[in-house]
Amino acid sequence: MPGFDLALLLHGQYHDWLVAGLLLSLKLGGVVIACALPLAIAIALLRLAPYRALRAVGFAYVEVIRNIPLIAHLLFWYFGAPELLPDKIKERLYAGNYEFVAAAIGLTLYAAAFMAENIRSGIRAIPTVQFEAGRALGLSFMATMRRVVLPQALRVTVPPLLSQTVILWNDTSIATVIGLGEMMYQAARVESASFRSTEAFVFVTVSYLAGSLALTALAAWIHRRWPVRTL
Amino acid sequence: MLELIQTYWLYFLVGQYPDGPLGGVAVTVLLAALALMLAMPIGLLLGLARTSTVAALRRPVSALVYLVRGIPLLLVVFWTYFFLPTVTGVKTGQFTTMLIALVVFDGVYLAEIVRAGIQSVPRGQYEAARALGLDHRRAMARVILPQALRSMLPSLVNQFVSTIKATSLGYIIGLTETSFIATQINSQVFTKPAQVYLLLSLTYFVLCFGLSRFAFMLERRLARRDLPRVARSPGSPTASTAPTA
Repeated sequence: MPGFDLALLLHGQYHDWLVAGLLLSLKLGGVVIACALPLAIAIALLRLAPYRALRAVGFAYVEVIRNIPLIAHLLFWYFGAPELLPDKIKERLYAGNYEFVAAAIGLTLYAAAFMAENIRSGIRAIPTVQFEAGRALGLSFMATMRRVVLPQALRVTVPPLLSQTVILWNDTSIATVIGLGEMMYQAARVESASFRSTEAFVFVTVSYLAGSLALTALAAWIHRRWPVRTL
Repeated sequence: MLELIQTYWLYFLVGQYPDGPLGGVAVTVLLAALALMLAMPIGLLLGLARTSTVAALRRPVSALVYLVRGIPLLLVVFWTYFFLPTVTGVKTGQFTTMLIALVVFDGVYLAEIVRAGIQSVPRGQYEAARALGLDHRRAMARVILPQALRSMLPSLVNQFVSTIKATSLGYIIGLTETSFIATQINSQVFTKPAQVYLLLSLTYFVLCFGLSRFAFMLERRLARRDLPRVARSPGSPTASTAPTA
């Protein structure tokens, strides 16, 4: 292996590619977490709803999404789904930046299924008497959730949700299969253009690791700062 | 869609075998099973080291766990794919590359499952074993691990599901597993990508959902057997398959 060329990572064309990839990965991760959280809360509430049919919908969503690998999701959203649309719209999609949209849709639906389970088990960790007391005081189902259960559940839920965010951050790398120019894609591009695989992969490894460890540290801090209250 | 299945079902299941390399669903299942089996002894050793009282054993293994969990599996695959040949001097095939990457991945995740399993056995069991005159190794091997392994069973099945899903990364390095074959079929048929990828998803779903229901059943059965021991610690092995924060 030839010597490690740090200068390659600090400036020049390959540096620009890798940094562009890092920024796109961050953007994808940010967009997905912003969309996945509300969806996950909605699904978790579906799974706890007082009607059997709603619970079944929530269960089906979580199980179907979780038991299919992310690659299959992305392949479907990028290659499969547009085929179901009229030709005109399809052409417009592929002419634009559809890689990003398809990756964001696939990742959001995928991450939401896992996050919904974290939120649901957080809600279930709150004793049912809390919920019953809320209802007995005349609050509606949604009001009880919002005012009584969720504020307590948040303390239980946030650390596992952050762990899930670490997984999401790592999963953004899969978007390379549909040709989105994120970090992994750019590393492979640098590798094939320059054979400088060590430098490229070290950059990518350090970047992913830094993101993951920062999120893990944040989770640990939150866990200490707002410990779960035992009732 | 039926026509699609009729034409391609065999190719989808076994690839070009016996005229060419084995592929499709057969490779996916074979790869996942081999990876999990090879990772078992590694996971057991790492898990024991992670619960060890000797810091010199515990710390490097903890660091390894943080490292592997902090980077995408795809990156582990790439490191293996590009660097193993420069170390060994032999070009590694796609199957072996994926197998090695998955063994590393599973080894680390199994270590966490083993750790949670060991920690779910009440401390009194270990103390009782030591009080009866067993040394540390015998207490672990004869008293703690047999109980820990039993409570780990559902998590092991769930890890198998994760491994099956992870084999789909082989697609990226051109291994002829299920997703790769589906893409091949898609480029031959050309006009039905939605159907092809729905069938691909359905295949994974049947495989993984079946197994995770099996894990769920095992868990319920074990919980019934353990009923007298109601006070399960919050770190029970099933809860901790997700990385602990």
